[in-house]
Amino acid sequence: MVSIGAAVKEPGSTRKNKTGSWRTFKPILDKETCIKCENCIMFCPEGCINKDYDIDYDYCKGCGICAEECPVKAIKMERE
Amino acid sequence: MVLKVMSANQAIAEAVKLANPNVIPVYPITPQTTISEYLAKFVADGDISAEYIRVESEHSAISAALGASGTGVRVFTATSSQGLALMHEIIFAAAGLRAPIVMADANRALSAPLSIWNDQQDSISERDSGWMQVYAENGQEALDSILIAYRVSEDHSVLLPSMVCIDGFILTHTVDPVDVPGKGDVDKFLPPYKPDHAYLDPKRPMSIGTFTDPNYYMEARHDMELALVGAKDVIAKANAEFAEIFGRTYDFIEKYRSDDADTIIVAMGSICSTIKDVVDEHRDNGEKVGLVRVRVFRPFPTKEIYEAIKGASNIGVLDKNISFSVGGVLHNEINAKMDVKANGFIVGLGGRDIKPTHISEIIEKTKNTTKTTQWIGLNKEEL
Amino acid sequence: MEIPEKEFLAPGHRACAGCGATIGVRLALKMLGENTVAISATGCLEVITTPYPETSWEIPWMHVAFENAAAVASGVESALKSQGKTDTTVVVFGGDGGTADIGLQALSGAMERGHNLIYICYDNEAYMNTGIQRSGSTPYGASTTTSPHGKESFGEDRPKKNMPMIMAAHGIPYIATASISYPEDFMKKVKKASEIEGPAYIHLQQPCTTGWGYSPEKTIELGRLAVETGSWILYEIEEGEFKVTYRPLQRRAVKEYLNAQKRFKHLTELEKDRIQSHVDAVCIELKV
Repeated sequence: MVSIGAAVKEPGSTRKNKTGSWRTFKPILDKETCIKCENCIMFCPEGCINKDYDIDYDYCKGCGICAEECPVKAIKMERE
Repeated sequence: MVLKVMSANQAIAEAVKLANPNVIPVYPITPQTTISEYLAKFVADGDISAEYIRVESEHSAISAALGASGTGVRVFTATSSQGLALMHEIIFAAAGLRAPIVMADANRALSAPLSIWNDQQDSISERDSGWMQVYAENGQEALDSILIAYRVSEDHSVLLPSMVCIDGFILTHTVDPVDVPGKGDVDKFLPPYKPDHAYLDPKRPMSIGTFTDPNYYMEARHDMELALVGAKDVIAKANAEFAEIFGRTYDFIEKYRSDDADTIIVAMGSICSTIKDVVDEHRDNGEKVGLVRVRVFRPFPTKEIYEAIKGASNIGVLDKNISFSVGGVLHNEINAKMDVKANGFIVGLGGRDIKPTHISEIIEKTKNTTKTTQWIGLNKEEL
Repeated sequence: MEIPEKEFLAPGHRACAGCGATIGVRLALKMLGENTVAISATGCLEVITTPYPETSWEIPWMHVAFENAAAVASGVESALKSQGKTDTTVVVFGGDGGTADIGLQALSGAMERGHNLIYICYDNEAYMNTGIQRSGSTPYGASTTTSPHGKESFGEDRPKKNMPMIMAAHGIPYIATASISYPEDFMKKVKKASEIEGPAYIHLQQPCTTGWGYSPEKTIELGRLAVETGSWILYEIEEGEFKVTYRPLQRRAVKEYLNAQKRFKHLTELEKDRIQSHVDAVCIELKV
């Protein structure tokens, strides 16, 4: 039932745990305003903003770092 | 066969050379130190190609051994007494992570008061860790036990670490004739270690040492119990193949003139050589006395010991350890697991000499069954 | 600077929203790539990333205990070497407790022996995993659950242990300080550490929303304030050569940093001035 030594052989398997359900505030990114500075991509603790600036809401916990660090205020935090 | 005269520490180093581990992290401690030294010299001379890590403590020795084993290679380390106690936390982790590490322990008393001399308190205190434990009687058995230990530990149905215990000074620093097997025979007996349960390889990323909640921990521990109990079959098979290739036969226990004995002494390690002499003397006098030497202490050979001692009317169990207020550990385990009434004797703590007269005294004392643990060889008569 | 796109720490981990540790690990792993083995000390990072039967790690990862990560890594590095796998990078992530306190001996041994590995201390300045207890890396004046402020106490009464300089005393080829709020500086240092033969140590300051007491969106801002006020200085020591890698144009008042966190809220103006004087002295010495 438990793998020998409780080793996990499926890399990246925490993806099964959708932490998006933790969220109270949701970041909405306006691609028109975005200047593609990569700040939000780099500073996301979940690594859930891709190179096309799409936010993966399955995992976004709504911490708001992306909105806070956006130099052009292209990301707004909205209550879920 | 060419016999070479050497200490058990050297015999163990020779066994390690033959087993050819990839990594050897060791830290010196009396009376294990010469194992570290022999292995360092083998590496310095190019006799073995292992990475030798001069760690800064025993805690790091076992930690580095576990890390190395985690990459899927064979490792060896050795320690004694305080060093084993310092390893304690990682001893449990190594078994839990199912790392087939083989370690030699030069049995020595635990502080305080400080003592560098022999008893078996150090390894006995690790009995609940999930490691297999073998107690050798002499240098030859120490060498052979290392090879068998790798074979059993690395078996995919076992995957638990092994401790080969040798009595400090009595074996580690005295010499005996030892047959060092040929590399070809050892390679036949001991295939290379190829794990598939857990190993660190970027081509197949795994996470080892994860965090379990109450849904999983108990199953993981139960699996360890099954593996340790199941190891008995693997040990039996390994012993049989060892005998076939090398001509030396080992079992869970060794029976010495015990088959028809009225009085049986049960003990572990080097003291059994003394006991054998005393048994012979008593036999010469027409007394039916015998010895059962417990070689494999974990997994505990309940059936084998019971079959060997159940016919005797007087049983005395010798322990070079003490579980305070309860008595010797081997004695208590025998009485707990078997339908026998064995007497318990504490002997040889901190290097206290065990003389043949003490063994005769014990043989005499087994005639009266008592639940009281008796200390033999105290300067002042107590209890 | 071209930032590799690939992520090696999967989402779904159990970190607090706004966690600074996972930001640091993500950025470091981007630079190290897939041919890397990671070792973790017990702590927040280990617990949040490997809740059995799941793991966030996309690369091989191992954890054994709290105080022995550097020793485990020593064994891993030696074992890889024995198999000729010298191109695989070994990186260790230890928190400040696992590094500066309980793991110091194992770390010292590993560094002194010269193993080819990178040790990254993710420093959130207290034992956060067990609920914000004081570590040797807790700064002067911080209130923690074991150095609480009160009628007779202004909080932690000892200055932060200078881990990078302890590492420097080992004579290892590369030591750096870094902050998650200066990702390019940090990532360049990780790259450099991976290219150097021998041990490298990076001390990464990483604000913690829970332990420091600020709103989760401020994690990067807090790290920035630490550096811009001179409270945390970014430097590297390469082959014994000390170099400050970032100098604020104009140092901001330390109060801005202190006042943004609950852990310093209790300090009097006098105590804040004392901290400012200490920061000034260090900054003058280092020309920051």
